[in-house]
Amino acid sequence: MRKLRQMLALAVVLALFGVMLGYFTYRPSYVHFSDDRALIKISFITGGQRVGKCIRRTRAELAKLPPHKRKVLICPRERHPIHLEVLVDGMPRYQATVRAAGLSSDGSSKFYRGLVVTPGRHVIVARLIDSGRTTGYDYETRKEVALTPRQHFIIDFQRDRGGFIFR
Amino acid sequence: MSWLRRILRAGFVPFEVGLDKLVGPVWNPLNHLGALGFFFYWIVAVSGIYLYIFFDTGTTAAYLSVEYMTHQQWYAAGVMRSLHRYASDALVLFMVIHMAREFSLDRYRSARWFTWVTGVPIIWLVFAAGITGYWMVWDKLAHYVALVTSQWFDWLPIFSESIARNFINPDFIDNRFFTLLVFMHVILPLILLAVLWVHLQRVSRPKINPPRGLAIATFAMFVALSLVQPAMSQGPANLAEVPGTLKLDWFYLAFYPLFDIWSPGAVWGVAGVLTLLIVALPFMPPMKRLAPAVVDLDNCNGCTRCVDDCPFAAITMAPRSDGKPYEREAVVNDKLCLSCGICAGACPTATPYRARARKLVSGIELPGISIAGLRDRIEALSEKLDGQNRVIVIGCDHGAKADTVSSASGAAVSLPCIGMLPPTFVDYILSRGLAEGVVLSGCSEGECYYRFGIEWTEARLAGERNPKLRTAVPRERIAKVWVGPGGNRTLAKAVRDFQAGLTPLPASKPTTEGKPPPPPREYEKPSEGKALEEKAGGDA
Repeated sequence: MRKLRQMLALAVVLALFGVMLGYFTYRPSYVHFSDDRALIKISFITGGQRVGKCIRRTRAELAKLPPHKRKVLICPRERHPIHLEVLVDGMPRYQATVRAAGLSSDGSSKFYRGLVVTPGRHVIVARLIDSGRTTGYDYETRKEVALTPRQHFIIDFQRDRGGFIFR
Repeated sequence: MSWLRRILRAGFVPFEVGLDKLVGPVWNPLNHLGALGFFFYWIVAVSGIYLYIFFDTGTTAAYLSVEYMTHQQWYAAGVMRSLHRYASDALVLFMVIHMAREFSLDRYRSARWFTWVTGVPIIWLVFAAGITGYWMVWDKLAHYVALVTSQWFDWLPIFSESIARNFINPDFIDNRFFTLLVFMHVILPLILLAVLWVHLQRVSRPKINPPRGLAIATFAMFVALSLVQPAMSQGPANLAEVPGTLKLDWFYLAFYPLFDIWSPGAVWGVAGVLTLLIVALPFMPPMKRLAPAVVDLDNCNGCTRCVDDCPFAAITMAPRSDGKPYEREAVVNDKLCLSCGICAGACPTATPYRARARKLVSGIELPGISIAGLRDRIEALSEKLDGQNRVIVIGCDHGAKADTVSSASGAAVSLPCIGMLPPTFVDYILSRGLAEGVVLSGCSEGECYYRFGIEWTEARLAGERNPKLRTAVPRERIAKVWVGPGGNRTLAKAVRDFQAGLTPLPASKPTTEGKPPPPPREYEKPSEGKALEEKAGGDA
């Protein structure tokens, strides 16, 4: 009789445990990003132009070098930092200068940033300097977009494809 | 940290006592948290192997294959998916409760530090394995988990490219990514299993299987839950949209909302500090360490009983070093010894009947709590007792407080563990007329602080384990009360009830003053009588 009572009690205890398990495995719901917002995500990785100019060695200079060191173009390692500006509806929403990665600043500059906006029509302007210039921009793109609720709008940059890519 | 332990203990005690009453100590899940954790791991492993048969890798194939399992094959793969989910959730929950309870019971310091510290990577691995599992479904929740987790890892200055970039546009993700995920989701649980093995290295006879009844009932609960509320996906991942409202699995993802409030660096900081704090806990003052057990070779015959009974594998046998005609001798590893005294309780030389002409020293015993001192203490207590239903309560420091039952006819002595008591002491008390009855008390049944104290004591009294209590000893004069630290009142009541049913000992002829007769044998007053008091003073 005692065993039976304990078995029933165990069934009840485990049933309650099961209810708790079943509840918290799905509930309560969590709102990560509400429907009244959209997200402009700046995400790209690119390298700035080299700080110094490349030097082309002459045939005579190459001949003096051991065979394994005969490289025609000698380029300095350091790259310019990347300066980026993003304006939404004429208002600056993001502005940053990111130095090239690496101890010698010869790597890429990485951008990953989200800008929360309201859904609807927006004019997005993205500008980038990769040459260290002090006036003007190396790349500039302007686009009017209609963002839907929770849309993930991407600002990408690929130099070999002409610069900014809006997705 | 003692304040935190006290708070946690106060939280656990009602559940421990309540569940002990409801389902009994054998089926009380709180007594089998580690074993149930292992059981859940195996459910997850077996169900995972089955799911792997039907799982396809690929941005669209992954989701579709999981949907096929959930809907077309709901009766098999669908149930397996749910079992996989719920057993994983239960594993997280039991792991956290297991850790909190061991902390509250102060079972993480001293020689236990190794088991505690090796438990920390288990926490990380369980979460890592579970979270990679959520990615594999590739639904909206998977997208959210992928985004947040990768943004978290991107903060570390070890990746040249952004991982999170893979999950913000359908063009960026690669089918090979799912192959990597499958690899991670397989390799992490295997590493987890290896670390679990290390976790148990300093535990003798680890209990990795729950009682069969409890295992069957728990599994039945999982199956029932799987049928009532099958695990479901939350719609295919849409990388062109930011995940919105989600049904989070709060067991695994409870800390994910923090990423919406804090920066990834802050979350790394909190996670790192918490991890270091947990690792450091066993080494924080005040250090609690009794002197480890000591072998006395003059009294050790190499019988191996202490090796068999030690719950922490702290004793080994080594070739004889003193020239005595025995093959081996017991050797105590001080670093592993928790000073429970169970070895002394197992030693055949730890008997109070030994002649008093020579100093009583057993083959192995705790320096601060000698067997001779225990005999003296019991005899001294007996002399103060009055009446015809005298009782000596022998309790343990981690169970109900034995001294709360002290009265004119009842006296108590407390040991580090009830398993330290050699059964001959019970025989001695009754045969020498030191009391009409003996009460043994300790932790709650199935939850001995030193793991095997109650189990070995029961087996010794039942004549199933050496050293055995003589069959001639009247069992009706022995009471056992396993109630744990919250059971002071239960112990007091049990002692009163036991006393009420006691009759005078046949050999016991009380004097007119009600005092017991002198012991049948002449003996000298031993000199180590204050050993117990010394132990109590040095235990702080």
